[in-house]
Amino acid sequence: MKRYTIFVITENFIGILNRITIIFTRRGINIDALTASESRISGIHRITIEVTANEDTVIQLVNQIEKIIDVIKAFYHEDEGVVYQEIALYKIPVSRLDAGLEKIIRQHNAKIIAAEPEFVVLELTGHKEQTQELLEILKGYGLSEFARSGRVAVAKRMLTIESFIK
Amino acid sequence: MKDMMIRGADIVVRSLIAEQAEIIFGYPGGAIMPVYDALYDYHDQVKHVLTRHEQGAIHAAQGYARVSGKVGVCIATSGPGATNLITGLADAQIDSTPLVCITGQVAAHLLGTDAFQETDVVGISMPATKWNVQVRRVEDIAPAIAKGFFIARSGRPGPVLIDITKNAQTDFGEFNYVPCLGFRSYKTYVSVEATKIQEAAELINKAERPYLLFGQGVVLGKAETELKFFLDKSGIPAASTLLGSGALPQEHPNYVGKLGMHGNYGPNLLTNQCDVLIAVGMRFDDRVTGDLKRYAKQAKVIHLELDPAEVNKNVKAAVAVMGDCRESLSMLTEAIEAKKHDSWMAKFRELEQQEKAAVVQHDITPSKVGLTMGEVIHQINQYKADDAVLVTDVGQHQMIAWRYFHYKKPRTQVTSGGLGTMGFALPAALGAQLHDYSRQVICVVGDGGIQMTIQELGTIMQTKAPVKIVLLNNNYLGMVRQWQQMFFDKRYSFTELDNPEFIKIAEAYNIKSQKVSDRVDLKEAIEDMFIHDGPFFLEVVVEKEDNVFPMIATGCSVEEVRLS
Repeated sequence: MKRYTIFVITENFIGILNRITIIFTRRGINIDALTASESRISGIHRITIEVTANEDTVIQLVNQIEKIIDVIKAFYHEDEGVVYQEIALYKIPVSRLDAGLEKIIRQHNAKIIAAEPEFVVLELTGHKEQTQELLEILKGYGLSEFARSGRVAVAKRMLTIESFIK
Repeated sequence: MKDMMIRGADIVVRSLIAEQAEIIFGYPGGAIMPVYDALYDYHDQVKHVLTRHEQGAIHAAQGYARVSGKVGVCIATSGPGATNLITGLADAQIDSTPLVCITGQVAAHLLGTDAFQETDVVGISMPATKWNVQVRRVEDIAPAIAKGFFIARSGRPGPVLIDITKNAQTDFGEFNYVPCLGFRSYKTYVSVEATKIQEAAELINKAERPYLLFGQGVVLGKAETELKFFLDKSGIPAASTLLGSGALPQEHPNYVGKLGMHGNYGPNLLTNQCDVLIAVGMRFDDRVTGDLKRYAKQAKVIHLELDPAEVNKNVKAAVAVMGDCRESLSMLTEAIEAKKHDSWMAKFRELEQQEKAAVVQHDITPSKVGLTMGEVIHQINQYKADDAVLVTDVGQHQMIAWRYFHYKKPRTQVTSGGLGTMGFALPAALGAQLHDYSRQVICVVGDGGIQMTIQELGTIMQTKAPVKIVLLNNNYLGMVRQWQQMFFDKRYSFTELDNPEFIKIAEAYNIKSQKVSDRVDLKEAIEDMFIHDGPFFLEVVVEKEDNVFPMIATGCSVEEVRLS
């Protein structure tokens, strides 16, 4: 079992996400994280799916996803084949802000993106290991809410969407 | 301008006519009523057949599609009408049958309100269709139908469902039908790579014991002649899957029999002795392979396949030749050396003799008093036409009919292969017959399966479709009973049936019928059935506890195929 990133380039039609996820459901495979957004070409979406599985399974998944009529292309990479980031938000009570926390924020390259009378929100982008490390530390600072995105990623391989739709 | 506008419902029907739909199987209801109203105006251009259940409609459309090679069309209303199509969709999806199903849906403003007969049929049918879509606006109807037909029939065929809200059917729009010829996310054509052909040809030329397996892909790809030419030149023995039967006439000298759980002895056993295995348009279903870990491990596999998702799915291919097998087979025929494989072929013939002595003799010329299913099929062979279509249901009779029916022409085999849908045969036979009244359509069905869709006798009565229905009655769910006998200590849990007097039911539908219990009456009854002009219902009471052999038990290897 290994971590893989599956990229799906697809038409933006109603139900496309459902069509993709039922392929995982049917095979009893859990999706670790999923992000979807419009690509640089209007009307074409890209979906990034993170999954822990063996390569044979991932190949089957990708073949089945690509078989969906509205999917333009699906492919996968190991972590080494992609550049990726995740974003995490941490909500901390203002009362816990002190010099120690300030140091931690600097060390982790996190930033304060909102300051409300009762709480501040910190943001950190990075790999899961990094956002997780900060999470563990902030648990000691009265962390009241935490949210982390799925991975956004681009492949290192030089391929363009245009090459798939010609 | 307003004069050029027509109702959405008329657009539906005119789109179907534009796609050259000849016959629509369906059942009306509230949300599809505008389309039915439109059908009233176009009845001279497209025929509609009212089945007795939506499941009957879709299986009939499947039967029609299988024998004609055209897209089967069916229509149902929303809610229960739509959900009754699901079994047929799943069946058509796994057996690659081209269908366009149109369902009515509640008006767009009622979607999501749990309105009367509202169901999320697009959601429900998603995994059971090649493509589906909901149309909520009149202007989207014709493009959706055009796209639907294109998707259903192109590439690897499959079922499409188009759900049309009632407002779209009643609103007015312009009709300007533009057939779909393709779109960017869907690639239907893959050109065969010459290098792959070379690699495959090298393996084949060097092979000492090559063996070819063919499936329905040969029929769907209209590659029957190309397959024959390949076999003629290569001298390679060839066996068929359940749905591949008919792709090669059984008289062909290279034809060695059938594959799978109840296929023939040699074709299964020798899978594990060949050195090169050529799979053409088949998907290595578990009923064909048995235990995959012990399946053809010694062989180099060459897979000729259109669907990329099927390659390396169950069996790893040494050479995968992607593309249309009609093209790849003829390229391969060019590239190989002409050969004979007499001693290898002799092995198949030797095992065929063993099977004849151990199984076929019992099945066709039984020593017991009770009639066997095999001898009924054997008798049918004596009277049937060369291009007669055999439609079967699911179970023992299906396997026996497949084993003994003489397949001589393509598109003569209609059965529920992948899904194993009991109740398939009667409506599918109706659909097959309605494609061509003059062609013999023989529906062989068991006493369990026929009762799942027996209401379609009504449709046969109304359409006067001259289907020859042969009910093989053992008063058991025979295949399940066989498994109970073999693997569950003969604990016959809920498999015995107290059956009605079937011929009285047939008579009630004004279908000429006869019941045979004695061997002496069989021949004449079958002769009468074929002579009779019109539908005929022949019930044959067969041996209650007979088993289908050869058999590869679940979890066993193909080489563990047993004769008893």
